[in-house]
Amino acid sequence: MFDILSRIRRTGQLSETGPHALKQVTPDALHAKLHRTFGRALCIRHVDAGSCNGCELEIQALGNPYYNLEGAGIHFVASPRHADLLLATGPVSVNMEEALRRTYDAMPAPKWVIAVGDCGACGGIFGSSYASRGSVSNIIPVDAVVNGCPPSPTALLQAIAKVTAGARHSEHA
Amino acid sequence: MSMDTLDTLEHDAERLPSNVTVSRVGVDAEGWRRAADSMQQAGAVLLTLWGSDDRDRDGHFRIHAAYLARQRLWVIEHAMPTGTPVYPSLAMVFPVADRLQRAIRDLLGIHADGGDARPWLRHGGWPESMFPLRRDVDPAQAHAVESSAYPFVRVSGDGVHEIPVGPVHAGTIEPGHFRFSLVGEKVLRLEQRLGYTHKGVAKRFESMRLHDGHRLAARVCGDSAVAFSWAYCCALESMSAAVVPPRAVILRALALELERLANHLGDLGALGNDAGLAFGLTQFSALKERLLRRHAEAFGQRYLFDLVIPGGVSMDPQAGALDALSAELSGIERDVRELRTLYTEHAGLQDRLLGTGSVGQAQARSLGALGLAARACGLAHDLRADMPWPPYDRFTPTVAACADGDVAARVQVRFAETLESLQLCGQWLGDMPAGEVRMELPDTRPGQQGIGLIEGWRGPVMVALESGVDGGIRRCHVHDPSWQNWLLLEWAVLDNIVADFPLINKSFNLSYSGHDG
Repeated sequence: MFDILSRIRRTGQLSETGPHALKQVTPDALHAKLHRTFGRALCIRHVDAGSCNGCELEIQALGNPYYNLEGAGIHFVASPRHADLLLATGPVSVNMEEALRRTYDAMPAPKWVIAVGDCGACGGIFGSSYASRGSVSNIIPVDAVVNGCPPSPTALLQAIAKVTAGARHSEHA
Repeated sequence: MSMDTLDTLEHDAERLPSNVTVSRVGVDAEGWRRAADSMQQAGAVLLTLWGSDDRDRDGHFRIHAAYLARQRLWVIEHAMPTGTPVYPSLAMVFPVADRLQRAIRDLLGIHADGGDARPWLRHGGWPESMFPLRRDVDPAQAHAVESSAYPFVRVSGDGVHEIPVGPVHAGTIEPGHFRFSLVGEKVLRLEQRLGYTHKGVAKRFESMRLHDGHRLAARVCGDSAVAFSWAYCCALESMSAAVVPPRAVILRALALELERLANHLGDLGALGNDAGLAFGLTQFSALKERLLRRHAEAFGQRYLFDLVIPGGVSMDPQAGALDALSAELSGIERDVRELRTLYTEHAGLQDRLLGTGSVGQAQARSLGALGLAARACGLAHDLRADMPWPPYDRFTPTVAACADGDVAARVQVRFAETLESLQLCGQWLGDMPAGEVRMELPDTRPGQQGIGLIEGWRGPVMVALESGVDGGIRRCHVHDPSWQNWLLLEWAVLDNIVADFPLINKSFNLSYSGHDG
């Protein structure tokens, strides 16, 4: 136990206050803004609708101590019924079309959708075919896209900050 | 005796272009069955099966099998007339054949004469009568989904109940369905249903140029982008016997080991977390982030999707960035050694890992286990040591193995491989050959075949490529070792409590996308 505590002390705090993605937005300010909009923390549900797993790795990275998403009052939830924001990666496979639609339908309004990665944005290298519907917006309404293959955690943070700052409030639901 | 049988096959075999030794033999239906028996007796495993539509060329469908023997890969081919595209099932000899045969039927409409009759990749997204991999099927045609109930195997008895999980899982992970049958908390049976991320990779390859295919190969399974793109390039380059520049060879191998490192660091953290030690996730995810930031500096990408390209690598990193990477790796090595001691000496953590999700060595062998999961069951196979391709012929890693077969063993193998990869990277970064990093490949004639075989972080990754006319791709089959190891997971959870499934599942960390294609 002593060794673990020693290691924690030596590691120190790695969180980058106001990652350069959010230059003017400190985690505290972002948290306050989210609280005004939702009255509580922001809850994200992620759905892999056919991704190669590249985008998932970068979404997972948002939780590491450097980006420390939870420190900004944003966390990932297991149920769409608890979620305000859907991060959907694609391309949307025909085999995931129904699951994606049902996840979206299960989310309470107001809700936002960010299509993540080149595939989620436009189908990417897979395009549309017998097995792929292409972009996320072909299946559910999308409020913002984050390009990249995969997009960096910084790009994901920027998109989350922009969408939730009320830049475009979702009117679907 | 078995050696005699393989010798007989060898007599009729021809060499296929590859980065490793590959022998190809064409057989009839009886020969197809006999070859499988001989391979099994000789201790070889079935790596993959794929089909091809050659009706335009010679009026046949073909089924191809790749077997991984100790020091070479065998490719066995069997041609079937168009009217009766049926071949002998290999499911009774090699369990993984069953799902592979179901996938081939869904995509190409050629049938094994036995085994499971349920569809595998087709979930109702295209009609049962449509076989998308046939050459006369337009890849653009789309159909509305007509899903029907999938008949899972029912377990009956007093107190037996089911838990369906997925395709959407609780965390930020890929989709798939798990059907648990339990009594109380104890798992009696796990049945997987996969294919949710099937996006038509094989068909997509056929509309691409040979010199672009590496980009799609890198995206078959994003956590193994280097392994797949390198395997693709090996298949293509071997057709023209191209020898890429020495600096490119070392940069490719450096990228492969960095990919192994990034994945192992991520998994070691997640495994600590799933066993209740959040400290482990915090520490290892920070190490992984430090590594990825050095990737971005040196290669311009955090994940090395587009580094390995036909003829070499896409860019030559600056000396300063490589020095910074080298220094970072030294720091990471110190930290990994310290964290390994903390993990090993943490009684609460070890209590969760030891004896959990156990697979015996005999069971692993009969299921055809591959790569890391096999090494954690004492099957010490690693292509980098068994059939080394450049530069591993000069830099052979010590193969990590542990006979225990439980979650703890898979953690232990990851620690050993992490340190081994760090050692290899250190050697290469300390003595990097100078010179070009890319060469022009000559044009490839139509109808040539090549095989690429690479030991990715999960295990052997294979690409079988055939050139088409005008620099196009006629057929490209990719194989991820998850096909085999998903079967292991079904066994590993038996008699465990269902609450340990996330931990056991993470200890394998198998690919959905790489499997689904």
